[in-house]
Amino acid sequence: MKKQRRDWMPWTFLILAVLPFFPFNSYQIDVMANAALYALLALGLNVIVGFAGLLHLGYAAFFAIGAYACAFLNLNLGYPFWICLPVSAAVAGAAAVLLGLPVIRVRGDYLAIVTLGFGEIVRIVVTNLEPWTGGPNGLMGIGHPMIGRFNFGVDSRPYYWLLTALLALTAWICSRLRRSRIGLAWAAMKEDELAAGCLGMDTTRLKLMALGVGGAVAGMAGSVFAAKQGTVTPDSFDFIVSVMILSMVILGGLGSVRGAIVGAVILSITPELLREFAVYRMLIFGLLMIVLMRVRPQGLFGASSLKRVLHAR
Amino acid sequence: MPDESLLDLKAVTKRFGGVTALSSVSFEVSKGKIVSVIGPNGAGKTTLFNCISGVLRPEEGQIGFGLKKTRDSLVGCAPHEIARMGIARTFQNIRLFGQQTVLENILTGTYVRTEAGLLDAVWPWTRRAHQESHWAMDKAMRLMERLEIDALADRPAKALSYGQQRRVELARALASDPEMLLLDEPAAGLTVHERQALMDFLRALRQEGLTILLIEHDMKVVMPVSDWVVVLDHGAKIAEGTPDAVQRHPQVIEAYLGVAAL
Ligand SMILES: Nc1ncnc2c1ncn2[C@@H]1O[C@H](COP(=O)(O)OP(=O)(O)OP(=O)(O)O)[C@@H](O)[C@H]1O
Ligand SMILES: [Mg+2]
Repeated sequence: MKKQRRDWMPWTFLILAVLPFFPFNSYQIDVMANAALYALLALGLNVIVGFAGLLHLGYAAFFAIGAYACAFLNLNLGYPFWICLPVSAAVAGAAAVLLGLPVIRVRGDYLAIVTLGFGEIVRIVVTNLEPWTGGPNGLMGIGHPMIGRFNFGVDSRPYYWLLTALLALTAWICSRLRRSRIGLAWAAMKEDELAAGCLGMDTTRLKLMALGVGGAVAGMAGSVFAAKQGTVTPDSFDFIVSVMILSMVILGGLGSVRGAIVGAVILSITPELLREFAVYRMLIFGLLMIVLMRVRPQGLFGASSLKRVLHAR
Repeated sequence: MPDESLLDLKAVTKRFGGVTALSSVSFEVSKGKIVSVIGPNGAGKTTLFNCISGVLRPEEGQIGFGLKKTRDSLVGCAPHEIARMGIARTFQNIRLFGQQTVLENILTGTYVRTEAGLLDAVWPWTRRAHQESHWAMDKAMRLMERLEIDALADRPAKALSYGQQRRVELARALASDPEMLLLDEPAAGLTVHERQALMDFLRALRQEGLTILLIEHDMKVVMPVSDWVVVLDHGAKIAEGTPDAVQRHPQVIEAYLGVAAL
């Protein structure tokens, strides 16, 4: 197979790991931790949209499910974070598969609309399931992660490292996946579902696999988010979060692992850099996005544009 | 014929709204033979392939695949299930994965013969996945050499010429080690030289025991390579027989060859 393009990984993650030793203030470290969280989410969504070609507009729902699963397990069952993390990932992955079942046959733009609906439904259910989720007020007092006697606490630094480690692991898995038998089948299905079927690919199954992997990554990110904040509320998982993550994936280039990370870093840091423009911040941000997409519709590292996903055969 | 039939169509009917694309078509394909399906444009040839490969579901009729003792019914099966049973196909309007390289396209053909799942990709030290990917790679390499496209291995499929794309599609179908191959107008758009090479290749495949169902317009291709010819017109089978017999069949001459002979 083609030369594996993973040479960038060790260096990139090494540099990312030592960043907190430079004299950043705690606000800047928090921005960095946030960027790492978004990068993790972008990697997960990239499996669904970039690898398998399923335009999903409700990805924040899996992030929410992961966060609430972590909160629930910690608050009600007293599970420590390190158990909540994999369990939340599994729960969110399973939820993504289950919610995928009824909509998996819908394609392109229609899938986008259906998943948007599902995303909103999850948020509304969470808001109204007061006995378990605390309703609009959310859940509070979620325990921070501990390593031995060291408590992660409220400082962003340990979370940044944790997220960077998870990011490195996920990036490595994603780039292996893309070159694997399943990854090749995803790419085939993304281009031509009928031809893929005639080659013996069970496209329904392949799509559910992508949803499962993507959902699990979101669940992982969600549980770190819950443990870091100590609280979860429904408004953290608004539709705009799904749109934001999708924008990161598209900016980086659909299907590119590097791209998803770079896209997430750019889009989560730019609004912070634009803070001095106050109310014009999001306007400038939007304009930048439009210009970028005009200049490079396939994204920074991508090969195919969103158009291809929408109108695949 | 004493040969054992591998594919058996019984009264297959397919309608599109008011159009009857196939009306009660029955015939058998013997194992190890090249059977051609001919007929004028719109006769229902591609529709027939779509019904066999599971892309379309016929309204009526039976399609059996496999030797007598272990015959499966194909009607109602999904395309991927039919591919698993050992039927591979190509498309009239080539359907390669344009963004993928030639090698990747052919590797997708090995999908049905391999098993590695998600975990094998994440856990790279499993012997099975390793051996399997070696096997698939080897298979793809051999097919590329055989079809003389090995020099193109790393090129994206969409960048190739028409004739090259046809060969990649053929290699992709063969990579699944099929028992039966459905070829929808494989010679369309090929040069005289490429046509000759294709005919030799089809004969070689038959020699190796592969059963081929071929749709082809060019009689100069059909007649020399076919063991048996089935003629469709307006969705109905109007004749079948050896190439010689079919060529002399009055109805066939009227419906099809007559037009070409003028
Ligand atoms: N998906 C479809 N929907 C509606 N009508 C269809 C469809 N596919 C085929 N048809 C119709 O069925 C008939 C048979 O078409 P088919 O493509 O099978 O012919 P063909 O023998 O392959 O012709 P050609 O030599 O041009 O490839 C035609 O009248 C065609 O218009
Ligand atoms: Mg046709």
